[in-house]
Amino acid sequence: MSSYYSDLFSAMGINILLALSVYCPLATGQLSIGNAGFMAIGAYVSAMLTVHLHLPLFPALIIGGTFAGVIGLLVGFPALRIKGIFLAMVTLAFGEIVRNFFMNFLTSLTGGAYGFRGIGNVPVSLLWIWGAVAFFLVFFFFLAPSRLGLCMIATHDDDTVGELMGINVVYLKVGSFGLGAFIAGVAGGLYAHYYLYIEPEFFNVWQSIHMVLYLIMGGMLTFWGAALGAGIFTFLPEMLRFLHDWRGAFFGIIIIGLMIARPAGLLTREILRVDFWFPGQKGAKF
Amino acid sequence: MFIQQLFNGLMLGSTYALIAIAFTLLMGILNMLNFAIGEVFMLGAILGLTFIKLGLPIYPAFLLAVLLAGVVNLVIERFSFRPLRHAPPLVPLLSTIGFSILLQNTAENLWGSERSQFPQWMEPVDFHVGPLLISSTQIIIFAVAVLLMVGLDLFIQRTRTGRGMRAVAESIETASILGVDSTRIIVITFFVTGVLAGASGILFGLSFSIVSPFMGIEPGIKGIAAMIVGGMGNLRGAIVGGIFIGITEVLSVAYFGAPAKDFAVYGALFLALIIRPQGILGMIQAEKERI
Amino acid sequence: MSAAPILSVKSVYKNFGGLQALQDLSLDVLPGQVCGLIGPNGAGKTTVFNLITGVYPCSQGSIQFGDVELTRLKPYQIVRRGVARTFQTIRLFQNLTTWEHVLVGQNVPARSSREGIFSAGGSQKKNLKEEAERILNLLGLWEVRSWKASNLPYGTQRKVEMARALATRPRLLLLDEPAAGLNIQETADLQKTLHKIREMGFTLLVIEHDMRVIMGVCDFIFVLNFGQKIAEGAPGQIRANEQVIEAYLGRET
Repeated sequence: MSSYYSDLFSAMGINILLALSVYCPLATGQLSIGNAGFMAIGAYVSAMLTVHLHLPLFPALIIGGTFAGVIGLLVGFPALRIKGIFLAMVTLAFGEIVRNFFMNFLTSLTGGAYGFRGIGNVPVSLLWIWGAVAFFLVFFFFLAPSRLGLCMIATHDDDTVGELMGINVVYLKVGSFGLGAFIAGVAGGLYAHYYLYIEPEFFNVWQSIHMVLYLIMGGMLTFWGAALGAGIFTFLPEMLRFLHDWRGAFFGIIIIGLMIARPAGLLTREILRVDFWFPGQKGAKF
Repeated sequence: MFIQQLFNGLMLGSTYALIAIAFTLLMGILNMLNFAIGEVFMLGAILGLTFIKLGLPIYPAFLLAVLLAGVVNLVIERFSFRPLRHAPPLVPLLSTIGFSILLQNTAENLWGSERSQFPQWMEPVDFHVGPLLISSTQIIIFAVAVLLMVGLDLFIQRTRTGRGMRAVAESIETASILGVDSTRIIVITFFVTGVLAGASGILFGLSFSIVSPFMGIEPGIKGIAAMIVGGMGNLRGAIVGGIFIGITEVLSVAYFGAPAKDFAVYGALFLALIIRPQGILGMIQAEKERI
Repeated sequence: MSAAPILSVKSVYKNFGGLQALQDLSLDVLPGQVCGLIGPNGAGKTTVFNLITGVYPCSQGSIQFGDVELTRLKPYQIVRRGVARTFQTIRLFQNLTTWEHVLVGQNVPARSSREGIFSAGGSQKKNLKEEAERILNLLGLWEVRSWKASNLPYGTQRKVEMARALATRPRLLLLDEPAAGLNIQETADLQKTLHKIREMGFTLLVIEHDMRVIMGVCDFIFVLNFGQKIAEGAPGQIRANEQVIEAYLGRET
């Protein structure tokens, strides 16, 4: 496979993981626009492990992801009482704090603002990235239709009532937040070891916002939507080459239009149901 | 030295206060966050600079620029708010994020991504007041900011439209029943907040000699931080928050160096949201669940 | 019927800031009873439900369910002990279908035999599935089981709320104005359903304004006004009670 396609498909794989990392907390009603921070944690921790401690790739990725996940749990807990827009602001602030942290601390280990070079000990191939993608897609494939998955959606729809139906909303919300952070952390580790170079500036607000955009486009409440949105956004810039520098403006217009026309995104839960297409019983209505 | 920093923080804080007011006004009335205010702020400065370069004298240039900034915000209202009135609040937020991207990219293409600055429009004179070193630019900027805030306060307290705004802030439905044209009020609010943001952009550009398509990103987020830290939904809170953030930023740079700046500000935002979401002048109660 | 009450509210007070919502409220519900909770609007009836289910803490007093003190428990723990409820204004999960509502409700019985996370394998799963089908059939919801909740007509939505509550396998079911907004046919339907549920052995506490429903199905009635209990007794007694009549002109339609 040529390097061009290799890069494209690896970007797509990582974008899918990032989209899934936002989908997970969003499924319980928590919008996070700070997942670039968790991605950064995973990237830097795993890179430091492979470069300075010469750890093999797999444990480094897992440890990096776990670091991110644990911090996700720590942030998720106090964030419980905050809803909607304010939660988004907390996550935004968090993302910025992390970016600043890696800009100014541990710089002898990470190169600080000048970037972390030479993460080449254990380079990652396309296989690794898509292996992780496959793993998490399968994971959500089983989780989403399960009772736990339905309870997550219930929590998203009305967490007060959810708790009054016996759901431990705290566990679900904090857990999904932490899991999303873990996935972002793994994505960050894969990113670092594929591109062999990372810098704090990369993990900024816009990176976090892009991940949310994948969901907006593809479908906010379905994991397939996350994958689809990530795919579209990965290939779109290529297809929109003719727009040159106006691609950003185009994206902006798409978002504005989507919010008016179809805020739930392309793949809603209904579309993915078999009996949406083949109504079995009398008037299955969506 | 400390007093000097405090003073500098106050000056910086007054510009943040203006942006914070732009955010909080909308928040208070419509419970909506206009993420693109930072870009409207930027457009005020960029348009102001453009008009000056086109030959307009300073005051008409600035006036025109802020009016246009208000108009841009009206466009945002038309697409990000009106059609989405009944959508969950995250939807308009995401839509304004779209506007933010659109405006930044458009500005980048039309004006280039280089930084420029306003031409020297007056001889800066430095005053010594006791231990303080004050430049005339600072004074003027501060004075304008204060004037705008006072003007807005009077507008809201004394005029009929202002009363309408307060009514809509309480409850859109009730206001409509009482004969307030809420659509008109909303449009006016968007225009006024756009003007404020644009003016703030010009003042900021003058203070720090910087005009660029990206100048609105950080002040935008800091404006949000100021709004939240100071207490949302009320003007005084925005002012207090803006000054607090400004002083925090200046002091942290002075005593801990440049890297500490963002830490301090975002840290304050983070802590405020977690510990005391209603802010210093806490007015907005946590939504009471009605079961 | 055993003599020990299944639910015992003892001298409960509730203040909201300066507002005294409930004062020295005590009531006992016996197992298998269908009890009514009536009173004018604002009397505090829904507040009683909110206190029982843990939405708010009591300012004073205690609430016992069986031998468990509810006032220290969180809402989800209270539900898991066997208390379920419906709401005055319908609060369904907008993104879920009827069937999925029942599945969500069943998260409570599903965990009691400590089965795995992704819903029990083996025969417990089959049991829950059959139970879900029975609940839907009981309430006449089988035909609309794949309908999204937000697309259902009002009366049907009320039934889904009840199905969801029943799915949690409660011992005590709190119904908050189940007849609100229902037409005559639907109300008669509701009464039949309540009778059926009661025959199945559930204990019910029902808030209602519709006196047909209350008088038609309740064994015992508590009357609230201004946050205090002003009367309690069998339907016949309540109907004749002057204080009640005075405080609350029941609509006998």
